[in-house]
Amino acid sequence: MALDFSAIAENTSPLLAGLGTTIAISMISIVMGGLIGLLFSFVLSDRRSSGSRTALKGLIHTYVSMFRGTPLLTQLIIAFYVIPSAIGIDIPSELAAITALTLNTAAFQCEIFRGGLRAISVGQSEAATMLGIKRWQARRRILTPQLFRLVMPALTTEIIIILKNSSLISVIAVTDLMRSTQQIAAATFRPTEAYLIAAAGYLLLTVVASSIGSLVERRLARAAA
Amino acid sequence: MAIFTTLIEYWPRLLVGLAWTATTCLLAAIIAVLVGLILATLVRSRITTIRWFARGYIDLMRGTPIIVILFLLYYAAPSVGVRLEAQTVGVFGLGFYGGAYFAEVFRAGLASISSGQIEAATMLGMTKWQIVCRIKFPMALTLIVPPSVNQLIMLVKESAVLSVITVPELTAETTKIVNETFEVIGPYLAMAILYWILIETLSFGGRLTERWATRFL
Repeated sequence: MALDFSAIAENTSPLLAGLGTTIAISMISIVMGGLIGLLFSFVLSDRRSSGSRTALKGLIHTYVSMFRGTPLLTQLIIAFYVIPSAIGIDIPSELAAITALTLNTAAFQCEIFRGGLRAISVGQSEAATMLGIKRWQARRRILTPQLFRLVMPALTTEIIIILKNSSLISVIAVTDLMRSTQQIAAATFRPTEAYLIAAAGYLLLTVVASSIGSLVERRLARAAA
Repeated sequence: MAIFTTLIEYWPRLLVGLAWTATTCLLAAIIAVLVGLILATLVRSRITTIRWFARGYIDLMRGTPIIVILFLLYYAAPSVGVRLEAQTVGVFGLGFYGGAYFAEVFRAGLASISSGQIEAATMLGMTKWQIVCRIKFPMALTLIVPPSVNQLIMLVKESAVLSVITVPELTAETTKIVNETFEVIGPYLAMAILYWILIETLSFGGRLTERWATRFL
């Protein structure tokens, strides 16, 4: 059987809309998850100890272990079916998708940032404290800029993973690239061509993401030199 | 509570689903390691075409979601005359997809053995076989084991996607229970906990293996 893409070519606008949804939901989740992950990694790397801090750290550790230890599909199912059924309110599938993806990537990014923070010497924080710089100010202006330079490769990998794994939101009925492809495959009876196009779409996204990642990496390295 | 009565009644089926997940992942992991080893060898081949093919395969698989590969194999392949069982697609899809990731792990491990060590061993009069057994293999292992454990865990988590192509593993089995009982919360939470236990056990085993593999460092 020869491949025939003409039926798919007639459906470019839903495909592009799906691609847009995939990009938008992935980006929102990566940014929000990054902020949560950064915040959590600062809490976990705080060397001061007190009862409430230990409890908070324990909670964050459990959260990270839970979200890294279950499949994303499970998390999506819980956000879309279990939570609405427990609280009795319907949650739109897009919101459930963003929530699950954000909390998932936050756990992974927390671990990435924590690893990065470990590589920055404690002397810097101590010097900042000595100079009268507030803790959060030191984190924002001294640690974070160095942190991004250290973790950029791992962060790029995580962004690629989220772009790819965002295809699972099709299972909870978000019309992303995967789901619009499924609809087109069903409507045109051309599944091979449709899914090959979807594969090409995701490949394009991941290639673009990894090129941007290495570009940023080079920029940051140059800024440091 | 209704949640718990359903759970007690359906507990054996959850365990059957878990057993399916475990078996599928084990078979897929074996295939993934074999495919990874072959690809890692092909990437170092002297023939450019073979090198390009292996590189292309690795990049293609690493750049596309597993669900797209599974849909191509399960829903698109019949239209070109290849009809496979869901379970077969599941095991081989997961295995050949994971193989690309394992290939990268093996390639990096093999590439980072310093030639100085091998030269030193040759100088000390070790035979070729001794060098492989006592220098190359243990060194490659220290570099390969930790990322391999991570890949294995990723493979188990990806196996949940097989429910979408009707493989009767844990997620699919739980969804069936949910559809039969209209009880959403209990079964899905039990499923999440089972996955969590499975993966935490794996990562505990992984840490022990890592300690054993890096005992010379």
